[in-house]
Amino acid sequence: MTDVAIIANGGANIASLRFALDRLGVSSRLTADADDLRRAPRVILPGVGAAADAMERLHSLGLASVIPTLTQPVLGICLGMQLLFECSEEGDTECLGILPARVTRFPDRHGYPVPHMGWNQVVPRPDSALARGLGDDAYVYFVHSYAAPVGPWTDAVTDYGGEFSALVRHANFHGAQFHPERSSRAGQRILANFLALA
Amino acid sequence: MKGVRFRDHQVVGDILELAARYCAEGADELVFYDITASPENRSVDRSWITRVARVLDIPFCVAGGIRTVADAEEVLNSGAEKISVNSPALADPGLVNALARRFGSQCVVVGIDSQTVGDGFEVYQFTGDPDRSCSTRRRTLDWVREVQDRGAGEIVLNCMASDGVRQGYDLRQLQAVRSICHVPLIASGGAGTMEHFATVFAEAGVDGALAASVFHGGAIAIPDLKTYLRARRVEIRP
Repeated sequence: MTDVAIIANGGANIASLRFALDRLGVSSRLTADADDLRRAPRVILPGVGAAADAMERLHSLGLASVIPTLTQPVLGICLGMQLLFECSEEGDTECLGILPARVTRFPDRHGYPVPHMGWNQVVPRPDSALARGLGDDAYVYFVHSYAAPVGPWTDAVTDYGGEFSALVRHANFHGAQFHPERSSRAGQRILANFLALA
Repeated sequence: MKGVRFRDHQVVGDILELAARYCAEGADELVFYDITASPENRSVDRSWITRVARVLDIPFCVAGGIRTVADAEEVLNSGAEKISVNSPALADPGLVNALARRFGSQCVVVGIDSQTVGDGFEVYQFTGDPDRSCSTRRRTLDWVREVQDRGAGEIVLNCMASDGVRQGYDLRQLQAVRSICHVPLIASGGAGTMEHFATVFAEAGVDGALAASVFHGGAIAIPDLKTYLRARRVEIRP
């Protein structure tokens, strides 16, 4: 049985995520089939691109109403994490509504170029399941122009001219604003933690 | 800190071995740079990209011979994070818009080869081939502004006079570009000592520093450099 179902929402660059799962000895496949997703032990919602395009694709695949009803561990990565929220300023897009907040664009601040691209420190909450064993000097790789605010859903924060949510969680839904598949040992730990969730 | 520039005359086995080594040593990004692709009007061989992507767990960028959206798509689908365009963007600036529209600015790096000419800076092209390398007569600062407007998400400024001579990054030029560059700016060309890295972060405010020969030749070990930079209060992954 496939360990991880990756939602085929049309973004480029699924390869690096699949290779990271391979390195962890986990099988994965791309799917856009609702029943397939419901049966998978783990689901990852990836995403590179624009929020409006991605939501349009999820609607046209009939998945926008399915994803919020999933009960197994689900991980949104980068844009996939942002889609878990209520809405995004990017294209004024209504998202999946699992987390009650609005994703907003980084303001123009001197010394903080947008897009935010590069390695930054991630500071987990003590009880974060995904950040277990990460240590207190963990850096992960970010590529994004929009970010989710800090709130009750926040599992880890990163500071880039102000704090934003680097890891989020609500019930079985998890999200990483950074790219664990390209975040070296720290990223590998986070993916392994996700795969180990009950 | 960015990794390394490879030339494709190295066999793939060497590239995989070096890539894995730099990755294990703590390089934050690798740039695979085929400097002969544009002058010879051919594309990079894509087969190695997937092999590299399987072993790397850090971001990597592929540069060289990406002339169309289809070229870029192939590279990204093979597992690269970013594509870098240089000569093809000079020939067809609309390519930058097309790439940014299709893949998002975060994927689109514009490489610029630049030199001091008189009291300004000019963009050069076909710099991989000494016989064809020439000034485009474009002013570097104008080109930096233009590619940002067109959607470039990162700029790698290769200061040619500094490249390979290890006398330090071209701080004056990098400062000038930094003052008008609102996307991440990566310094390239001139790294010879660990102090050169510390200086370019402190004085030119760049977001990354790319180097090749000091790493390839073993003059600087990446773990030592990172320890040094952290002691100098450069925010960098340990």
